[in-house]
Amino acid sequence: MTRPTAHLRPSSKPPAGRPRPLANFFTRPQVIALALVLCVNWLLFPGFFSITWQDGRLFGSLIDVLNRGAPVAILAIGMTAVIATKGVDLSVGAVMAISGAVAAVMVTSGQPAWLAVMAALAAGLVCGLWNGILVTVLQIQPIIATLVLMVAGRGLAQLITEGTIVTFSDPVLIFIGTGTVLGLPTPVFLALALMLAATLIVRRTALGLLIEAVGVNRSAARFAGISAGLLLVLAYTFAGFCAATAGLIAAGDIRGADANNAGLWLELDAILAVVIGGTSLMGGRFSIPMSVLGAVIIQAMNTGILISGFSPEFNLVVKSGVIILILILQSPISANLLRRKTTAHSDGARR
Amino acid sequence: MTVIKKLALGAGISALMLSAAWAEGLQGKVVGFSQIGSESGWRAAETSVTKAEAEARGIDLKFADAQQKQENQIKAIRGFIAQGVDAILVAPVVATGWEEVLTEAKEANIPVVLLDRGVEAPEDLYLTSVASDQVKEGRVAGEWLVGTVGDKQCNVVELQGTVGSSPAINRKQGFEEALAGHANLTITRSQTGDFTRSKGKEVMEGFLKAEGGGAGICAVYAHNDDMAVGAIQAIKDAGLKPGSDILVVSIDAVPDIFAAMVAGEANATVELTPNMAGPAFDALDGYLNAGTAPAKFIITESKLYTPADDPQGEYDRRKGLGY
Repeated sequence: MTRPTAHLRPSSKPPAGRPRPLANFFTRPQVIALALVLCVNWLLFPGFFSITWQDGRLFGSLIDVLNRGAPVAILAIGMTAVIATKGVDLSVGAVMAISGAVAAVMVTSGQPAWLAVMAALAAGLVCGLWNGILVTVLQIQPIIATLVLMVAGRGLAQLITEGTIVTFSDPVLIFIGTGTVLGLPTPVFLALALMLAATLIVRRTALGLLIEAVGVNRSAARFAGISAGLLLVLAYTFAGFCAATAGLIAAGDIRGADANNAGLWLELDAILAVVIGGTSLMGGRFSIPMSVLGAVIIQAMNTGILISGFSPEFNLVVKSGVIILILILQSPISANLLRRKTTAHSDGARR
Repeated sequence: MTVIKKLALGAGISALMLSAAWAEGLQGKVVGFSQIGSESGWRAAETSVTKAEAEARGIDLKFADAQQKQENQIKAIRGFIAQGVDAILVAPVVATGWEEVLTEAKEANIPVVLLDRGVEAPEDLYLTSVASDQVKEGRVAGEWLVGTVGDKQCNVVELQGTVGSSPAINRKQGFEEALAGHANLTITRSQTGDFTRSKGKEVMEGFLKAEGGGAGICAVYAHNDDMAVGAIQAIKDAGLKPGSDILVVSIDAVPDIFAAMVAGEANATVELTPNMAGPAFDALDGYLNAGTAPAKFIITESKLYTPADDPQGEYDRRKGLGY
């Protein structure tokens, strides 16, 4: 009988350091997936890549993809922070409805637009704070804690709008939804700005590392001196803020706050975008730009289905088929295959 | 919008509608109304019109909001039976599972009128059902387009409702029936806009891009007004004029489509009247006072509205109904 011995020596080589973001960019499965989806769109509709300058802004299907994908991309930015802490925020869709409702009701009752925007963003922050407090202080599982607001929030939004679609003609709110900044639709500009700001803040400071530490092991992080509770509250509040921004865009886009439908099921799209972007639902290492890329992939697929001329009964089947394909591309199996191929290739090149 | 203002407006409208049918009829009668909930603007309008109709006839209306749950509706109906009301109105949330509670109402000799949707139960369990004919709605919209376009070649794009929902299926069918036999009218693209403004806008954007910037589209048919409102914005964003470059026809007749008509951006809408209660009360009046059994299925009118029908006036009239 042999006694079990501890294998102190690692059986495999230690993992290589964090890959250089730009060097490996084009071999990432997400980028390949996006390229594939775009190519299919191009095959279905040859004018897909044509972009023209019309009425002082860029105009084309590719711009539509970015524009329509912006709300989910913004949700995904906030969702990435939450998921990196091993949490999840199901309430972002409802928070979108609340923020749109607040802004619309305020401008229609004669308040200035800047105040309405501030109030909508504040509403989002409060919703996020509420989620954060439920998760940290009351120690409720994130999926349940945010489910509360997912259900109640939409009701709250309906109360604010009294169950009607509140239509407005305020130029500032309409600008947020359909305006143009530097030739780009405002939502695209906002999503890019938010992505850059968030990425710089988490990567140029220790914040990103601390969030990952909390996500990997909250207790260990706390023992290491990280105020895990504060970070969690911060992550949920940020997600609430992002959701409020997306809500303003959704309302401005249709010039009205539709409490029943604004942001409906978008929390699931946002989670999917984060997962496609490679952030694990188990928390830990995360990437905000990749989540945004995930959102763009989802929207490229949606737009592709719209212009393909398939009958609508196929929408969900096609969508889930493509998603499965992307997830297979990302799975460890195909990652190994890909790595073997590229290392073989580079070995060959060295020789 | 204050509640008082809403009520006053609603009462005013129904006073107008009822001026002919005004009778002692249901004065002082107690009627229970189990409403589905308030999931859409139309539903809210139906509730406020029903309340106004009841008030104008001097009916004591007991209102119960089921919040989208059948169990709540069944509870409410049992409550009405226990209170011994004179009649019950139900807008059923689903089609099945009503036999037991309807039998209880029948045994208590309380007539039940179904509003807006039907149920799968023996017909003798309820007095009558008041609903719109969704196929006809689509047909009226299609006939308007056929008449307007004439002999010109016209490519139509269609914004469908939620896939698999009965209004989407029926309104599509009716529209296709109207277009059948007119070879110059073809539906070139059809996608779902989920009955929402934002999806309607997004789908229309895609259509416009795919059809050469809108050059290949002569008309858009939306299964509800909300999607049409979204489509109108997409058409404007593409640099075209909705209402003239691309004709816009839809169904429901909510206030915002009349606002679009005032601006010359929508061409026609078919009304899904929120006044299901009016015909229901008329039927009850005849049944309770004269003992005449009404028709088993009362179909409400599917009236066509165009910019010639005083859109500003229609907008003002409907705005207060809670759409």
